[in-house]
Amino acid sequence: MGTASVEVRDLVKYHGATLAVDRCSFSVQPGEFFSLIGPSGSGKTTTLRLLAGFEQPDHGEILIEGRSMRSIAPNHRPVNLVFQNYALFPHLTVFKNVAFGLEMRHIARSEVNSRVGAALDMVRLRDKPDRFPSQLSGGEQQRVALARALVNRPAVVLLDEPLGALDQQLRQDMRMELKAIQEQVGLTFICVTHHQEEALTMSDRVAVMDRGRILQIGSPRDMYESPRSVFVANFVGISNQLTGRVDEVNAATCRIHVPGMPSLVARYQASLTVGTPIILTIRPERFVLSRDQHESGLDNRVPARIDKAVYNGSDMHYRLRLTDRVFWTARVVNGGDQKGFTVGESVYVGWNAGDGVALTE
Amino acid sequence: MIDPSSTASRHHSTRQRHPYWPLIPAVLWMLAFFLLPLLLVFAISFASRGLYGGVRWVFSPSNYTMILDPLYLWIYGRSILLAFATTGICLVIGYPLAYFIARAPARWQGVWLLLVIIPFWTNFLVRTYAWMFILRTEGLLNTVLLDVGMIRAPIEILYTDWAVLIGLVYGYLPFMVLPLYAAIERLNRSVVEAAWDLYANGWSVFWRVIFPLTKSGIIAGCLLVFIPTIGAYITPDLLGGAKTMMVGNLIQHEYLVIRDWPFGSAISFVLMALVVLGALMYFKRGGVFEDVEGRR
Repeated sequence: MGTASVEVRDLVKYHGATLAVDRCSFSVQPGEFFSLIGPSGSGKTTTLRLLAGFEQPDHGEILIEGRSMRSIAPNHRPVNLVFQNYALFPHLTVFKNVAFGLEMRHIARSEVNSRVGAALDMVRLRDKPDRFPSQLSGGEQQRVALARALVNRPAVVLLDEPLGALDQQLRQDMRMELKAIQEQVGLTFICVTHHQEEALTMSDRVAVMDRGRILQIGSPRDMYESPRSVFVANFVGISNQLTGRVDEVNAATCRIHVPGMPSLVARYQASLTVGTPIILTIRPERFVLSRDQHESGLDNRVPARIDKAVYNGSDMHYRLRLTDRVFWTARVVNGGDQKGFTVGESVYVGWNAGDGVALTE
Repeated sequence: MIDPSSTASRHHSTRQRHPYWPLIPAVLWMLAFFLLPLLLVFAISFASRGLYGGVRWVFSPSNYTMILDPLYLWIYGRSILLAFATTGICLVIGYPLAYFIARAPARWQGVWLLLVIIPFWTNFLVRTYAWMFILRTEGLLNTVLLDVGMIRAPIEILYTDWAVLIGLVYGYLPFMVLPLYAAIERLNRSVVEAAWDLYANGWSVFWRVIFPLTKSGIIAGCLLVFIPTIGAYITPDLLGGAKTMMVGNLIQHEYLVIRDWPFGSAISFVLMALVVLGALMYFKRGGVFEDVEGRR
């Protein structure tokens, strides 16, 4: 394996007395789309600013293409940042904005022209080189910001909430477009977002951060299917929870005892011992609801009452009341013909052992 | 479907115009106390001086041709030069100061701005007398410089162009700092970071991004300093003495000492024309830029 595009080792950054980044380490491979996700204040933006060079780490090291970035100013780093609010130069045209980085590096005029032209082509703005940023729509401004970074062919493109300022529909479209452009140019992308769904669809790998620490790094599938902590399970998608105690540990599954409920079977992550308190997490789309207790061969089945039913077009969202304090959400695909459940109705909630993950915490 | 009351109110609001009546008091005041006297002065500038100092209503353009005398041209020249020098020095001192204040923590900005405008709380005349005390041959500046050993004999500053320049820079610096502060404070910090990220060094970040984006403040500050300094009167009168006259002093001299009102009026009008021309030039360039920025 060659050199990593970015290698972050044991990064620590204080903002005054608060620990903004707490011993973070990760590495990003060339051509990879890597996302840092987490709630606001989790340290993801600080990490990005440390990579860009706007802030200096208090401890730890950043290597970009094998080269230490210690005391290297932003203008000497082979990275370009796509700012959250684009930070386009309001006094320069689209063309001049995109050409800025090349001009600063004294690239020959003819090459600047061809590279800016190609970059504008890629983001579908070839016909608007003479516009000023204020004359563009939000989506167009976003694409100029992207072109302004890509045109320099940096070792790493950093993106700070790249789609954050766009409206819902545009976000959806740009998500696909951003990913397509990244694959086309083959550059390494490191993206910061608090929008987990966005990160899942675009990224090759994701790191979940909370309070300055990286909790888990893995593929979007890993994050969703095999969260290693309740925080990750909650942050990446919706998860239903139930606290219990381990009754029996087998090779791949464990048996869980929850007072007042039938015995449940689930997968587990870290090694478990009998008697350990655990939290069982299950995704809302994995449930099968039925009126008949003995229907189909699911591993787990608990009784519940429909507390709320929300028609959502493509699917139905049910709020299920298991006990006075435990409420779950179930998502059932709208197949068209079947009649839904009504509020107050008693149902059985079933799922397979592989759909539940037992987490210690 | 259509609520009649809502359509009615909408109709009403579209008919509402931008009203002009709030202008009436100001317009009346300016007509009576500015435009009318100005027209009078303009008329006088084409009249002739009476034998004993009065105005004789005989048309004559000679007041204007008299200005072409090298003696008077030199006074205009000195005024323009001093005004340009003052503006330039104020910009060089004021820009870093304004930048510092605009980038200071929010709670300190008010304190720094207060320090900039505190001198306004005392009378300008009193402050200019204070400068006389400082710049005198046996004044504060010379005493200190002699004591420290930086000079061997007192240097003559008071009653030279240098004293006038120092006094003008002192007096008008706040007028430069305030608009610059407003422009720099408005500057989006991440745009500066973007330039830095795009390989610009400190020099390029300033000249390619910060400077053009604060140009409106620079133009406003320069106008606010240039216009009053070119016609300055108190500063050159007290600090420059008789040797270094500026247009303001010449006008005063013609009106009150020589009692040649027509000539004094002509000098005033030429000064005004210079200022208006200069301002128009500034505004024309400034206006184009404001447009670009305004579309943000």
